[in-house]
Amino acid sequence: MREHLKFVAAASVLAASMSPLAAKTINVEAGENAQERLQEALILAEPGDTVALGKGRFKLTDGLSLDVDRVTVKGEGVTSTILDFSGQLGSGEGLLVTSDDVVLREFAVENTKGDGIKSKGADRIVYHRLRVEWTVGPKATNGAYGVYPVESSDVLVDSVMVRGASDAGIYVGQSKNIIVRNSLAIENVAGIEIENSFDADVYDNITTKNTGGILVFDLPDLPQKGGHNIRVFENIVIDNMTPNFAPEGNIVASVPAGTGVMVMANRDVQIFDNVLGENGTSNIMIVGYREKTDDKEFQPLSRNIAMWDNQHMRAGWAPDFPGGKEIAAALGGKLPPIFWDGAGGADYAPYVGDNAPAISLGLTDIAASPADARPSQIMPGQEMPAKLPAITLPESMEAVVR
Amino acid sequence: MRLLLVAAAAFFCLSAALSASVTSPATDEAITGSTMPRTLSAFGFFDGSANKPAGHLIRYSLRNPLFSDYAEKERFIYLPGKARMRVDPSGQVDFPVGTALIKSFGYPSAAGKLDILETRVLLRRETGWLALPYVWREDGSDADLKVGGKRLAVSFDTPRGKRLEISYAVPNKNQCKQCHSRDDKLVPLGPIWQEMVFESKAERDAFEERASFPRNGLFPSAKWDDAAASLSDRAASYLYANCAHCHSRRGSASNSGLFYDEALGNYAHSGYLKRPVAAGRGSAGHEFVVDPGRPEKSILISRMKSLDPGIAMPELGRATVHEEGVELLEAWISQISARD
Repeated sequence: MREHLKFVAAASVLAASMSPLAAKTINVEAGENAQERLQEALILAEPGDTVALGKGRFKLTDGLSLDVDRVTVKGEGVTSTILDFSGQLGSGEGLLVTSDDVVLREFAVENTKGDGIKSKGADRIVYHRLRVEWTVGPKATNGAYGVYPVESSDVLVDSVMVRGASDAGIYVGQSKNIIVRNSLAIENVAGIEIENSFDADVYDNITTKNTGGILVFDLPDLPQKGGHNIRVFENIVIDNMTPNFAPEGNIVASVPAGTGVMVMANRDVQIFDNVLGENGTSNIMIVGYREKTDDKEFQPLSRNIAMWDNQHMRAGWAPDFPGGKEIAAALGGKLPPIFWDGAGGADYAPYVGDNAPAISLGLTDIAASPADARPSQIMPGQEMPAKLPAITLPESMEAVVR
Repeated sequence: MRLLLVAAAAFFCLSAALSASVTSPATDEAITGSTMPRTLSAFGFFDGSANKPAGHLIRYSLRNPLFSDYAEKERFIYLPGKARMRVDPSGQVDFPVGTALIKSFGYPSAAGKLDILETRVLLRRETGWLALPYVWREDGSDADLKVGGKRLAVSFDTPRGKRLEISYAVPNKNQCKQCHSRDDKLVPLGPIWQEMVFESKAERDAFEERASFPRNGLFPSAKWDDAAASLSDRAASYLYANCAHCHSRRGSASNSGLFYDEALGNYAHSGYLKRPVAAGRGSAGHEFVVDPGRPEKSILISRMKSLDPGIAMPELGRATVHEEGVELLEAWISQISARD
């Protein structure tokens, strides 16, 4: 009896290690009934499989979803393979991924009613060579986020283009260990946004013609908060002057047009070696969270923020926030390229190692209104903090994009 | 030892044979096997038509059902052999391996009977639960597996007599899990003992005979449409039944910070003065999910009233607005007093 059981156990271990058999490729072409065929392929795929999308326009009527680990969804390129959601009747996003170790590459997602591609609880996800676009350009009726990984560990967004998102083009929320690089965010409200997240590197991106280029935010009343350890470097953040088109009520609706990099309620954020300019409100803005909240665990102040060696071109000539014009007038017509709202007082002042003027608005009290600003120069004197280490992702993820 | 086993096996076969009238090996194989049966008839849950459930199914309904485009639902439990259910101290029903939960969706025909469109099954396998959607054929003879989901043109009258024509969505297999998800595992949602309703004593007995119960008492929630109950109790029941499957710390909307399986009150997790996070245009220009005293300014209401897929809540099964549900929550928000 015991022997018999042992044999069965051994056999089943063997069977488990052998299956699934060789990873296979499931080809799906555009054409009739694309919704049902593509969705079935995404459901019937087994770990290790590739779902290969053919050339052409896939006309979809509903959101798609993937819930199988270790699946690659691969198209023929961002101008050749297009998932077209203009006729979408249901679901909050175009494609939803809820499994681990998924790779999405070489296709486009157009005109979803809600978010473009969302991945939730999807660890080690790779977004590579994708285009997510609302083809009308900036419009309040566009979906909120272009690519939207949330509640995930190890996230790589590499060589992705997003245009027209009515919230953030590339948005990473409530996640850990993140890299966003080599990507282009154009004509979104926020180009790239890292929110309520820990340990992120944002580099080698271009953000232009958004309302705000790169945002690092923390919000109360969410399961993961206390955003920290974020590096923003070697990005080009130029001409983010698109009037804010986010629907009111959303936090990004309060982002002033003409914002380059904006940090809110985070700690240990380091901004360096970026090229910033033609941002009418500010190239770099550090602020606290100024809405009322009952969340006692939430820390509304930005702290231990540092910047150095950024190149600044023109900024601050058209400050787009209440009281901004008056402050600019008092300072001789425009704001300097760097400002901090002053929340928390001197102990919270950012380290500024840039060769550019920087001011505090002197709004020490987090509840104060910008109308009460008492601008003053941020004085050097702080010590430069230790540099944060680079983010490293599992080698299997880097191998995908090499 | 070996002999004993053989004897036990023989006894098992015998008892299986004796109870052949209530279960069949083919049914059990379809439920617990490793395949996804292509047709619903493989399970033997129906005697040739959607309106003829097999006699051995246990029928039940719920005090507070999920709104699904005004569809009517018929719910059944299939239990294998002599297996038993266990009701835990919170009322959650623990089902044995081999159980199937069966739910048919349809609209009343002119003749008054239910025209059933689709039947969804939840199968309890060794590896956990599996959800599969089946769509009935035009001739009603059988239903086919549609793992990728399906849209059906449907017209019907609402309880208030309004004629609606909609594109009815049969969910795909992943969408089943989107709602039936706890910590990323698929689970049943409806069968909570104190929330279950039986049409007859015979049906109640059929359940009770196969279940063990906790020592503690279990008290049902208010019915959402019970005018005699308090507005906040009714709202809590409605929000639990319609939102909490996702809006839970363990559900698909865990990232939202809005949780309707927790105490309902003046808390951010109930939506009270809570600002949207990832709502996008779902905010409709409003500041708060629940703006006390102002339903017309509350995102909760505007999303329930919308049919736009980028805005509408719940995200699935909402080609129509649940007017009665909206009115209840409007009344509830109206009577919450503003802070300060």
